[in-house]
Amino acid sequence: MNFEIILHSGLATGTILLFAGIGAIFAERSGILNLGVEGMMLLGAMAGFSVSLSSGNAWVGLLVAMFAAGILSLAHGLVTIHFQADQVVSGLSLTFLGTGLALVLGEGLTGQNPPLIPDVSIPLLSQIPFIGPVFFENHSILVFVGYLFAPLSWYYIHKTRPGMHLRAVGQKPSAADTMGISVYGVRYFYTFVGGCLAGLAGATISLSVSPGWYSSQTTSGQGWIAIALVIFAQWNPLRAALGGYLFGAIRRGILDLQGPALLFGFANPLYVNSNLGFFLQMTPFLLTIVALVMGSRAAARKRLGSPAALGVPYVRGERGH
Amino acid sequence: MADTPYAVEMKDIVIRFPGVLANDHVNLTLQKGEIHALLGENGAGKSTLMNVLAGLYKPSSGMISIHGETVNFNSPKDAIAKGIGMVHQHFMLVPTQSVTENILLGLDDPKFIMNLAEYDKKILALQDQYGLKVDPTAKIWQLSVGEQQRVEILKTLYRGANILIFDEPTAVLAPQEIDDLIQTMRSMVAMGKSIIFISHKLQEVTAVADRLTVLRKGVATAEGIRVAGVTREKLAELMVGREVVFRVEKKPQKAGDVILSVEGVSAENNKGIKALNNISLELRKGEILGVAGVAGNGQSELAEVITGLRPCTGSIKINGEEVANQRPSKAIKSGVSHIPEDRTKVGTAPNLTITENTIMKNYGDAPIGNGWSINFTEAREYARGLKKAYDILAPSVRTMARKLSGGNLQKVILAREISSSPKMMVAVQPTRGLDVGAIEAIQTLLLDQRERGTAILLVSEELEELLSLSDRIAVIYEGEIMGIVDAENADINEIGLMMTGTKRSEQ
Repeated sequence: MNFEIILHSGLATGTILLFAGIGAIFAERSGILNLGVEGMMLLGAMAGFSVSLSSGNAWVGLLVAMFAAGILSLAHGLVTIHFQADQVVSGLSLTFLGTGLALVLGEGLTGQNPPLIPDVSIPLLSQIPFIGPVFFENHSILVFVGYLFAPLSWYYIHKTRPGMHLRAVGQKPSAADTMGISVYGVRYFYTFVGGCLAGLAGATISLSVSPGWYSSQTTSGQGWIAIALVIFAQWNPLRAALGGYLFGAIRRGILDLQGPALLFGFANPLYVNSNLGFFLQMTPFLLTIVALVMGSRAAARKRLGSPAALGVPYVRGERGH
Repeated sequence: MADTPYAVEMKDIVIRFPGVLANDHVNLTLQKGEIHALLGENGAGKSTLMNVLAGLYKPSSGMISIHGETVNFNSPKDAIAKGIGMVHQHFMLVPTQSVTENILLGLDDPKFIMNLAEYDKKILALQDQYGLKVDPTAKIWQLSVGEQQRVEILKTLYRGANILIFDEPTAVLAPQEIDDLIQTMRSMVAMGKSIIFISHKLQEVTAVADRLTVLRKGVATAEGIRVAGVTREKLAELMVGREVVFRVEKKPQKAGDVILSVEGVSAENNKGIKALNNISLELRKGEILGVAGVAGNGQSELAEVITGLRPCTGSIKINGEEVANQRPSKAIKSGVSHIPEDRTKVGTAPNLTITENTIMKNYGDAPIGNGWSINFTEAREYARGLKKAYDILAPSVRTMARKLSGGNLQKVILAREISSSPKMMVAVQPTRGLDVGAIEAIQTLLLDQRERGTAILLVSEELEELLSLSDRIAVIYEGEIMGIVDAENADINEIGLMMTGTKRSEQ
């Protein structure tokens, strides 16, 4: 049990949720709920790993991972934006599609050793006691990208013109439409952005945080946690980042709790009975289910500040927009 | 005037939607510096025509020119670029964003990073110019309806619009706000702007507009005639296509046996506060009993206890049979039909078709139902018959109820309720929010029912309507009947006094 290690590891694994969660926030802010995050992440993880292996460059793998998941998300865009199909059904199908594609194309990748995204330390900053080792020492470059990405995303959504247009399209598409903003264009774009970020999150796993390809165990349900995180975060990227780090730290903390035979001088119940450990490991997923149930209630969603047009297809001139 | 081109000229505009000809060769001209009214009933195609001018729809054929230059709009952006601004009936504002953000929506300036404080100042300056006060930093949801409308107007002015379209701007406003709006429109015209003003309210149009165009079922029945010298009756006729009786004729008729007797009924409202206090009244065959009162004095609750929707104490008998605190189906079986106050949520199921809405009461009866399934071919045939008989305007009986205008929706409800041949009818605000033609149609239907011997309880806030339709008028105040007067020789002042809580003196 070492707090420094738990926090350090929480930041690393939290970065995965940060990318996927902020990606989902972008899509949902435009009114598109994409439940396919898990599938897009897995495809990203596979594509990144595979391309890094074949190209010999982890960064190329990362880019291809983002692009692959982004393209996959456009299928969801086409079905829900253009054909106005139910977003929940389409998103679930996308998870199956993404998972299936990743597992088939990822056949034989297990055990390979492609180049990975390097870990670095920031000079000077890493010298600060406690904070330095936790935040700035031996982290993947992607963790540092995450530090910048969350506040920049927040700034983009709230303080820039395209961010304002994004919010308007998700809250009241008819208002945006009458002012000459292309509702479909904005929704396609941010669906794609959400896909790219899910792909980045997947590659963050396979090329950096817990490198390797372990078929569907690679993402192990973190896509669902990311979707729940969006509701916890109330569609705010900064809160999504904090929530992601917290989730990460909790997961690591639970693992660490199971290690020692003695805890504070007593026999460690988690060490004695490993089933208790499994139970604790389940808790983030339990919270996810609670969040998703909450998020599916229209009234609760409204109170949490959900985009008003989330999940509603836009048809010009139809009553009720 | 002849040399200057029109600010707007729309020529032979045809707009087709699947199943509907929304506009059929309509012409409209707008001179610079005038207020031009576009008059017509709900669903006549006024908003559609203006949505074409605003670039939201493309016409099937026809030509539009702005200041003499032929234009072809592909999106609202094109129309905005030509100086056209539309103030929509249902405000196109993002509730969670500030006034300034809403005004800047869709513009290229600011380019990327928004310094809102700087734009707040610009918007304040614009407000001063036109006398349209509203806090630029406030969020839209915090504003009153009148203020929101000012934001809509500011939005168009900020884009430099000189042709403004107001789509039924007064429908949502309080009387004082209407005066302010008319003032604003006049001052904008004085500054050289041109205005198209959509309305179905005759008084406003004659008060504000210079010229007007009338649409009926997508066809222009008057094109650009001067308002001066046109009578209200003539305008109503142009709108509706026949002479409109502003006060429908009621034949004298003797009331028959007692159908409904309410005795000592009390009930609570949704908040658990006493809404009805020991009410007693009788309603006879072939009689309309009007219920007058300021909204919220127990009228809705009275209608609900009679139709079995609300529990109460006391006794309610229909033809001698007790119906109080029974299920609504009991009231329906006793021959009570109900025209509820909220026609979109209670009166109809918005996402069901006209067919489904019309068979809601008789879906179990042959030939439509056989006890366990519904024969939709028969149901549609039945609905088509009603659609024709009640002149319901819709592309087909498969149209969803939520796509109908208020008047047509009310006709669907009346068609359903009347065709069950009721002994008694409870009608709550049946004409609220409808235009003249629809009001007349609904009132005529109610009087027809009276002639056929139906007993009608009519709740309304329009005294004029009560006086012209009812045989007797009961005035309700804080859940108590203040008195019942004969409509024929009723004294309006006396009714007014009772509505504010003065009991009728013993006679």
